[in-house]
Amino acid sequence: MDIFQNLNVRAALLSVLILVLFLTIWEQGNKAPDVDKPMTEYERLMGGSEPQARVPNPSEIGALAVEELSNPFYDKGPNDKGIGLQLLYSLKRVLLGYLLAALVAIPVGFLIGMSPLMYKALDPFIQVLKPISPLAWMPLALFILKDSEVSSVFVIFICSIWPMLINTAFGVSAVKKDYLNVARTHELGPLRTAFLVVLPAAAPTILTGMRISIGIAWLVIVAAEMLVGGTGIGYYVWNEWNNLDLTSVVFSILMIGVVGMLLDLMLAKATRLVQYVE
Amino acid sequence: MNRKKYFLDAQGLVKQFPAPKGGQPLTVFENLNFGINKGEFVCIIGHSGCGKSTIMNILAGLDQASGGVVLMDNREVAGPSLDRGVVFQNYSLLPWMSCLKNITFAVKSRWPQWSSEQVYEHSMKYIEMVGLKGAELRKPSQLSGGMRQRVSIARAFAIEPKLLLLDEPFGALDALTRGMIQEELIKICEQTGQTVFMITHDVDEAILLADRIFLMSNGPNATIAESVVIDIPRHRDREQIIHHPNYYTIRNHLVDFLVKRSKELNDPEVAAVPHDDNARPAYPPEVNPATGQVSQLIETETTEGSELSRQVVNMQ
Repeated sequence: MDIFQNLNVRAALLSVLILVLFLTIWEQGNKAPDVDKPMTEYERLMGGSEPQARVPNPSEIGALAVEELSNPFYDKGPNDKGIGLQLLYSLKRVLLGYLLAALVAIPVGFLIGMSPLMYKALDPFIQVLKPISPLAWMPLALFILKDSEVSSVFVIFICSIWPMLINTAFGVSAVKKDYLNVARTHELGPLRTAFLVVLPAAAPTILTGMRISIGIAWLVIVAAEMLVGGTGIGYYVWNEWNNLDLTSVVFSILMIGVVGMLLDLMLAKATRLVQYVE
Repeated sequence: MNRKKYFLDAQGLVKQFPAPKGGQPLTVFENLNFGINKGEFVCIIGHSGCGKSTIMNILAGLDQASGGVVLMDNREVAGPSLDRGVVFQNYSLLPWMSCLKNITFAVKSRWPQWSSEQVYEHSMKYIEMVGLKGAELRKPSQLSGGMRQRVSIARAFAIEPKLLLLDEPFGALDALTRGMIQEELIKICEQTGQTVFMITHDVDEAILLADRIFLMSNGPNATIAESVVIDIPRHRDREQIIHHPNYYTIRNHLVDFLVKRSKELNDPEVAAVPHDDNARPAYPPEVNPATGQVSQLIETETTEGSELSRQVVNMQ
């Protein structure tokens, strides 16, 4: 068959095979113990529940997924919201913090990249602030901002600013001298040089930084929402853990992965748009 | 006494690099004097390291000389300007723009008041001139080296500079493509009467294109040793020119210089020229290998300033 010569087709088949194998082993290796003995007194009193809590099986998770995704946006009070609604809360915070970070990081990165003086002057601050876990800012943010919603946006802001800032500065400072000479010999002013030459030349590096940032922001929002609570996918995971509903926990873990992948794909696509071949 | 004024006049150019810890500073070239007339095509030949590209960058305004001045149209060259178009060795096209946009952005900078139709028409005229019509919407990466260099040349001509600077423009091209683009360059220069200053390594290319060729002695402490007049009549073409009776006389003169004399001149004892404070050679001697005539522009102090006069010296 000719179709099996195609690498993509073969890779897809292999992926499906690995998935099926994994789910089968999971499902088979995670069966409830056989109940051949009659129930004890205690079990009868407890309504015949399983003697031991188990990680849910793929079939249970699948059933829950179908149920949740068929009505993702319902809202039955603070403790029972649809998964889609929770994801939207998280996405709103991530995008808000991320866009604010981009608004600061890209112009400041430009400045640092253009001026060796600013680069050297700001470098110590960046090097110290960059490795701080974004969640370490949370108490300070809560104290100063006095609002859990704003604080979680701030945490996203502070964690996504560094990759964008550093990549923008690097991309701008690494613009080839030849391109700058073209700008100089054509008497382009500083503003036209920035927009016509430096920005397009550095765009792939800047977009790479933005892609790293969105990944980190999505990682951090889950942890931040576990801390501040209320709404969002991170809160949802923690809430379901407190409800001892492990099926929902596993399901939401999967949804976090899927949304993270989609965010990354979007940025990858945007990066491809500004990519150029020398 | 014919007073001569050059369109482009380089006076006493020096380029020095600071010494690496305690040593002597490195003088790449010094005492560099040369002039280019309007409409003239001048090539400069010399071994690597004699500072040809630095000279080009100084003329373009991208680099600064450690001493001396360059005057163009009696105005000092003090920075890059659209009056001087540059074609770099590596083409230097902006890879994220199509060929057309690479030219229109230059045209827009030259004539900011033009409408976009005017800019488009003007740019297309030059794209057609270099034979790239139909490929104007492609990105540089989708073109061959030869085609990229044509875009680069079209860009430089499109801004209609007073002086065109070419830094080994054909160095990276294969022989066939090079020949084709050389002929196109000759054609365009004959149409437009463009003043050109070009760096090359290729003796045959220099004879084909140039009215005069500057020969540089080896660096460090390089200088322009002579200016060779190529009086083979135009229109020249690659096949005919080698049959011209003077072709090999000129070629041998150039090759002899590059192989032997460029080194000897660098030897301070051989190169020592007796100085006469009142009448010093302002420019390198002008040599015509075909006739054997050597002439020298002499600058003499007069009551009204200094005067330049041409004297036939016939040293050879």
